[in-house]
Order: sequence, then C-alpha cells, then structure tokens
Amino acid sequence: MANESNETVNVTINGVAAAVPRGARIIEAAEQLGIGIAHYCYHPGLSAPAMCRMCLVEVEGAPKLAPACVTPVAEGQVINTESERARAARTGTLEFYLLNHPLDCPICDKSGECKLQDFTHAEGRPHGRSVEPKRVLGLDDFGGDILYQGNRCIMCTRCVRFMREIAGADLLGVVQRGHRSAIDTFFETGLEGSLWAGNIVDICPVGALLSKDFLHKARVWDLDNTPSVCPNCAQGCNVRLDTRDNLVVRIRPRLNPAVNSYWMCDYGRHQYEWLNQPDRVQTPMQRGAEGELVPVGWQEVLPALLARLQQRHGPLVVLGSPMLGNEDNGLLARLAGRLGGGTLRYRSAQAEAEVPCPGFPALARRRELTANGRGLELLGFQRTGTMAGEGGLTDLAGATVIVLGDALEDQPADFAAGVELLVVLGQRPTAAARSAHYLLPVCTCAEQEGTFPNVHGLVQRFWPALQPPPLARPAWQVLSVLLAGLDDGAPVNSAGGAFLRLGELYPEYAGLSYEQLGSRGALINEPVVRPAGKGA
Amino acid sequence: MAYPYRDEREVRILSAHFGDPEARTLAGWRQRGGYEALGQALALSPEQVTEIVKNSALRGRGGAGFPTGLKWSFLRNDGRPHYVLVNSDESEPGAFKDRELCRWTPHQLLEGALINAYAIRAQHVYIYMRGEFFEPAQIVARAIDEAYAAGIAGPDVLGSGVTIDVTLHLGAGAYICGEETALMNSLEGRRGQPRVKPPFPAVFGAFGQPTNINNVETLCTVPHIIRNGADWWRSIGTDKSTGTKLFNMSGHLVRRGNFEFPLGFNMKELIYDVCGGIRDGRSLKAVIPGGSSVPMLAAHELDIPCAYERVATAGSKLGTASMIVMDDRTDIVKQVRRMVEFYAHESCGQCTPCREGTAWLARIMRRIEAGQGTEADLALLVDLGKNMTGTTICVLSDSAAAPVLSSLAKFKDEYLALIGRAAPVAAAV
Ligand SMILES: Cc1cc2nc3c(=O)[nH]c(=O)nc-3n(C[C@H](O)[C@H](O)[C@H](O)COP(=O)(O)O)c2cc1C
Ligand code: SF4
Ligand code: SF4
Ligand code: SF4
Ligand code: FES
Repeated sequence: MANESNETVNVTINGVAAAVPRGARIIEAAEQLGIGIAHYCYHPGLSAPAMCRMCLVEVEGAPKLAPACVTPVAEGQVINTESERARAARTGTLEFYLLNHPLDCPICDKSGECKLQDFTHAEGRPHGRSVEPKRVLGLDDFGGDILYQGNRCIMCTRCVRFMREIAGADLLGVVQRGHRSAIDTFFETGLEGSLWAGNIVDICPVGALLSKDFLHKARVWDLDNTPSVCPNCAQGCNVRLDTRDNLVVRIRPRLNPAVNSYWMCDYGRHQYEWLNQPDRVQTPMQRGAEGELVPVGWQEVLPALLARLQQRHGPLVVLGSPMLGNEDNGLLARLAGRLGGGTLRYRSAQAEAEVPCPGFPALARRRELTANGRGLELLGFQRTGTMAGEGGLTDLAGATVIVLGDALEDQPADFAAGVELLVVLGQRPTAAARSAHYLLPVCTCAEQEGTFPNVHGLVQRFWPALQPPPLARPAWQVLSVLLAGLDDGAPVNSAGGAFLRLGELYPEYAGLSYEQLGSRGALINEPVVRPAGKGA
Repeated sequence: MAYPYRDEREVRILSAHFGDPEARTLAGWRQRGGYEALGQALALSPEQVTEIVKNSALRGRGGAGFPTGLKWSFLRNDGRPHYVLVNSDESEPGAFKDRELCRWTPHQLLEGALINAYAIRAQHVYIYMRGEFFEPAQIVARAIDEAYAAGIAGPDVLGSGVTIDVTLHLGAGAYICGEETALMNSLEGRRGQPRVKPPFPAVFGAFGQPTNINNVETLCTVPHIIRNGADWWRSIGTDKSTGTKLFNMSGHLVRRGNFEFPLGFNMKELIYDVCGGIRDGRSLKAVIPGGSSVPMLAAHELDIPCAYERVATAGSKLGTASMIVMDDRTDIVKQVRRMVEFYAHESCGQCTPCREGTAWLARIMRRIEAGQGTEADLALLVDLGKNMTGTTICVLSDSAAAPVLSSLAKFKDEYLALIGRAAPVAAAV
C-alpha cells in the first residue's frame, strides 16, 4: 500500500487529474478517484501476483498495457482504463475465462455476488465462440466447511495465498500446469481444523469455493446485509449479518483495518444459530394469584415491578449479559445503583487459549468468548462461574436477582425457589427464566442497536439485523423507564441516547457519541478503577 | 565422436573444439588456452571486466538478444549476496546449441560463468540445467569437480582470494523453467512459474538477492572476449549483432547440426550452401529462424543477413538462431498444431490468456486439421492470437500465438484447403 508519508504524485486517470499517494498502485489510486478497475487475483489484503490479467490499463508512453494491481503510480502518469486497447484486452481475457466455465449460475451460491458474472455482464462478449466441450472436474471436499467446485475455478490463487500469507498454513496449492491446473489440498491433509479457512469462500471471486454450511441455503440477492460486530469473542471482528426471512444465514467479515482487516475466524463465523431462536418470550409476564405466569401489558408490568423492587428486603444481585451491549448493561448497573446498590456479576464462556491469526496478528480469537466481557468489567461487573460459563450462582438465597438475557440457561426450573424476587429481562423462556416473578421479553444483540467495546477498548457499534418478537423491547428501553420511575431522569428514547447517558455515568464513555463511533469505532477513555462488583 | 558436419566458411570460436573429447578435460582445456582469460579477468577490477563485455556489444544468446554487458552493469556493489545463474534449460523446440556447448566444452562454460561471477561480485554460480540433459549434466559435473580440485572454483579462485562456488542443479522437465524468473522459482524449490517484473533479477532475483542470469552460449563467448578484447569481437558480425553465433540447423536439410558463423551471414546461403539445401531434391516451403517461438518466414523471404536487427525487419526474430527448415511436403497446419500443443502443455497456467488461450488454439487447430474447421475459425484464431499477445507475464503466450498468426498470414491457402474439404461442423456440445 502507499507509504506512510503524505507525499503525493500527480496522475491523470480517465481524464481526471488528481494527486494520489506516492507508492500507491494504479488500482488503489483509481479506487480513490472512484474508478473501479476489474480484477480477480488482486486482493488488498494479500500479495499481488498480477496473473489474472484483468486489470490491464493503458499508461501513456508504455509499449504494453500495465497491470494496475502492481504498477505504481508515477509523477505525470496518464492512465486510461477505458481506451480501445484496455477494453479489448479485458473483453478478450473475459472470453478466455468463460472458455471452460460451466456458467451454472442458476445453481451456484456465488451468483449475484460473483465477479465473473459482474464483469462479463459489464463487458463480456454476448456470445461464446467455443464449440468444444468444456473441461469437467469433480466436486472436491477440501475438509472443514469447504467444498471446491473446480469447474468454476478461475485460478486466481487468492485461496492459496490466503492460506499461506494470512492463515499461516500452506494447506492449498496449485496442482498440475497450464489448462490442467487446479487447486488442491495436500494428500490427506485438508482444511479441517484451520480456524481461518472460511475466509477463502468470501474472497473467492467465483463460486469455486463453497461453504457447506451455506450450500444452497439462499440466493444472495434475497439476503439483507446488516453491519454488525461478531458477538462470539472479545476481538469484536467487524462483520455483516446476512439474513433472510428473519434468520441469520451467514456471517461474513467487514473491513476494519484496525481490528480484523478483511478476515474473521471460523469459530465466530459459524456461531450464529443462537441468534435464530424461534422459541422466545413473547410477552411480559408476571406471577398471577395462583403463582402461575400470566401475560400482562408493558404499561402494567413496569409500575408493578418498580413497586415490588422498592419493597424488597434482601440483598440485590444483578446478572449482566456479555451478549448484550453497553447500553443495556450500563443502565442495568445504574438501576442497581438507584436501588441502593447491589452485587454486579456476569458469567461467560472462555477458551483455553487465544488463537492469533498468523498473517494479521492484531486479530486473534480471544479467550473471552463473548463480545462484551470487557464492557461488563468496565461497568464494574465481576465474572463468576466456570470457564464454560456455568455455576457461580449458589449464594442467592434471600436475594433479589435481576437477570439480563439468557444468563440462566443452565439453571433448573426451581431456580427462583430460594430467592426473594427473580426478575428476568430475557429472550428465551428457559426453565429457570420461567420460574421468575417477572419475565420481560427483550431483544438480542442482533435485534437492536448497541455497542461492544473490544479487548483493546475500541467501542464499536452494531445495528439491528432481525425483527424481534412483536412485544420484545431493547433492555435499555425497559431499564430507562424503570430508572425514570426512580426519578433518574427522563426515559431515553434511542440506543444512541442510552449511550450518551452512559457517557454521563461512566468517564470511560464521556464525550463519545454514535456519530463519533461511526462504522469503525472509537477508543474508550482511560478506564477508571472502580470497586469490582459494585455499580456506579 | 567427431562432430558431424563442418563448413569451410565457419568461424569457429565457441565450437572450435566440438568433437574433440580431450577438450572436455581440464588438462585438455588448459592446453587449448583455457582459464587464461579467467586469470586475466581476476587481474582487473570487476567493473573493468564488465566494461569489456559492454564494449564488445555482445547480445544475450538465450533468445531475447539483450546487451549482456549492460545487464551485468545493473548489479550494484551493495554488500548483499549476489548470484550468477547459468541458463542451461534449453527446451525450445529447434534449439540444441547449449547442449553441445555443455557436452564438448564444459570448461568454456565454467570459465565464462566464473568471469561473470567475478564481474558482479557473486560468490555462487548455479548452473540450472534441463533435467533431460543427462549426458551434458554428467560432463559438466565432472568439469566442476576438476575445477574445484584445481583451485579454479571454490574458496580461492586461481589464488586470487576470491570465492566462487559452483552448483549444478537439474530441472524437472518444464520448458517454462527456462524463463529466467521461473528458473529462479524452480531453483528455490517453488513452482516453476515466471515472476512479475519489476522487480528485476538485478534487484530481486534468486533467493530474493541481486542476480545475473545468462544463457550458456552467452557465457561461453565471454572468455574469448576477455582474451582477445572487445574490439576483436566487434570486428566480427554486424554493428548491432557482434561476434559469432551457433546456428542450430534442423529439419529437411541435407546437412543438419551446429554451425558457427559471424552474425550477419546470409540465411539463404546458410540453408542452401552450408546445409546443402533441401533433402531429396525437394523445395523449401518455410523456415522458423529462431526456435519455435518466432514467426515463420516463407521461401521468398530468406535472402537476409542473420542478424538480430535484420531478421526483425523481415518480420521474424533471430531468437536462438535455431532454424527449423521445412520442405514443400510439410503440412503447415499440422506443424503449427504440434507447436501450439507444445505451448499448451508447457504453459505454467498463471495468466488466463495463456492458460486458456493455448489450449483453445490447440483445440481449434486439431479441429481444422481434422477437416472440421470453418472460415470463422480462421478469424477466431487471429483474434485469439491477438488477445494472447502482449497481455501476459512472460512471452510464452505470445510465442504460442506467433506460429498461428504467421502461418495464417503466409500459408492461409493450406488452412483453406483443409476447410474446403470440411465435413459439416460437429454440433457444439
Ligand atoms: C518461455 C521462455 C523460455 C525460455 N527458455 C530459455 C532457455 O531454455 N534458455 C535460455 O537461455 N533462455 C531462455 N529464455 C530466455 C530467458 O528468460 C532469459 O532471457 C535468458 O536466460 C537471458 O540470458 P541471455 O541474456 O544470455 O540471453 C526463455 C524465455 C522464455 C519466455
Ligand atoms: S478456488 Fe476461487 S479463490 Fe481459489 S483459485 Fe479458484 S477462483 Fe481463485
Ligand atoms: S476472532 Fe472473535 S470476534 Fe473475530 S470472528 Fe472470531 S469469534 Fe468473532
Ligand atoms: S504467459 Fe503463460 S507461461 Fe508465461 S507466466 Fe503467463 S501463463 Fe505462465
Ligand atoms: S488484478 Fe491485476 S493481474 Fe489480476
């Protein structure tokens, strides 16, 4: 990429004169000017072999067309991507790509986001000129989640380079030579066990590499793509949640140069089914006269709950959710404070070890397997329970317990038996949740806006990708109504407002706003040391 | 074995000792003046040696004809390890000069390579030899052993204190490994496929270090130039193509083999007088003057001097001066088809126009040969040939297109004849 200094050179691309960073490649400079140059082998996160020959552009004075992916810009350079020669080269090369390509778009998962489709549609010949049969290779199981459909492969070697340069494991190679070339694994060693291999499906420009998990699951044009943050570890990889019919069907990385580059781990990528729980708490419920749970409207339940909370006798224990954002957990901690203080806890699963990405070490699958463990610590919550995120809840006799999210998943149906009052702002009607005195339906992180601070203290936003059950509400909204009832200001009416409120309560977040975080996040202020387990 | 054919008019400098087994041994080579030039070079500064080669206007004999001294001068004395690579991969159909130089005069090659190494301050020479060169490899290996034993190679070359090691490395049978950067990859144990340039070998070559790569024949001339001077070399040949060159003559000729002539020697004379013309009293149809990668010349185009610049003016290239001469019975379409199949087989497959184009050309050529071509196919061949030219990392792609384009330009009637008796085209599958 361009050098760090601010030096620039003057170039003209397609008649547009501009100063671009010295050392930039033509393809990058053009991109800056909003001029896209067709390419297959080039990927900004990998080395550039300049072999696909799609990006050839005309540089005035040069005898041959230049590959824009490796040719650096130079002072006074006049570049044309649309000259007769450059166009003819692209159209010609595209025809070579289609020579052996099956064009089985109707059954190809890549269809709709396929670069061969896109470029052929844009500039390809309307009719093929080959009358010979096409080359046929079988479907190869590369191990792990990956299938290889060799017929569709355009031999760009992005996958080979990714495994070598980023995954740090030379598990793929080009076998054979010339038109007999194909991608293959080595002998019996496949991609099984690689934590990073899933990325090759994303970067394959065509449908040659397929995810078994996503295979024939959806046509990509039917998907909605929502920017989000991977909820599955403290790294906070920037991702997109791809959803269809209100279900997450795949997670893919979204560029963030500081956090995850173009990549994410397979652990995070494949943990999305928990966002797709059909069995949800549908309406607010409270104990009826017979002790059974009865549905009740929000307007009724909140004043009742507030009154009940104010009458409690025993100690207060609050269980935060590392799968929900700062806004929810922050207002929960605030509520504990306004109720006279309590113990703040959370439970989370942790892995044995961190697994760094060899080619991009800033990225690691972290030990903390939740997105917001770090945020909870900042808010004063204390981790309890085992590595697996179980246990740690044996001392609740006589206490009032407020639980956020599905933190009681592993607990029995008589969980509430010994406690004075159990309030669950939950998602699923788990056995223990159903023993609550108040069970209030709240959104998951995929159903609302919010923020997670990652392991380095970078606060990042996520956006709603799924529709919550009709009566579920974001927890911050429920909590802010309760807080208003305790004379703690007016209820906030947006996640962004809740975040601002957080800034008033916690110096770590002071002065930050959603606008400032944007899509790349911002670092929190210097953390304050506050007594662990106690709220603000 | 004595060398098969000789001609009075030859100027034998490189090939003076072809056919003389004694010249293969170190003792025999020394008796013939061997390693004097190396001694002379070691007494000069590396820059002076390069200057002499530069002044000789020697052009590389590996095909491209790039000025050798200029290429040597690209290397900087920057303290990084430098390498000399000897390109002995000779796999171009029609070429068989480097093989003979290795077989008969291994010390001539070693001497040139050592001078080259001294001139660019390289401490290691790798001779990359085509894997099928079994006999030449044995002979060169023996010469290397002799040179080490005599203190000519190794830690103290001829007592000069200069270290130059020599390693013989055998390829595994890929034409593309003769391309200089593919050769480097192959030498390093990677896939033998050309690298994108820049960076050029002088900056980033073998093992990522500054490297100078030269053809066997190029290096074999170097000792003679050092011994006799640049002016002497320039006095032979033409202004732009200095010195002598081995002409590897093959095909339907009465006399075939290697002949050494000053560059600029008349092509017609070479074919008709030196090589005795066409066998069996037939007439000449076409000549590929520089190895299979260059365009064909028709019979009426041969009255030209065999110099780089003059063959280029005639629309072809002198290349390696490996001439394939074809008589009037030659089926041009079949010959071209075979060449194209060779390139399709040898394409490394990186670049799409080459990977797909070579194989497609071959399929169309097979179809035409089988009498199932159409006139549209001829236009298609031209189009594909153009799309394969100038669009790839190395010139193998251009080379595959060259015989197709040139034969279509010059022998279209042969294609048309095949199309004339065309059966209905098979339906597309
Ligand atoms: C496809 C291809 C094959 C080549 N094969 C050879 C070869 O076998 N021997 C050779 O000396 N040069 C070969 N070359 C040329 C080399 O790349 C390089 O130009 C040469 O080794 C330079 O040496 P010279 O300057 O002494 O000619 C080949 C080039 C290409 C593109
Ligand atoms: S499988 Fe995909 S990424 Fe890999 S070489 Fe083929 S087209 Fe490129
Ligand atoms: S490293 Fe962590 S944040 Fe990134 S994808 Fe994996 S689990 Fe998700
Ligand atoms: S032109 Fe052909 S042989 Fe040369 S690098 Fe490209 S694919 Fe390989
Ligand atoms: S993107 Fe430049 S050659 Fe592939």
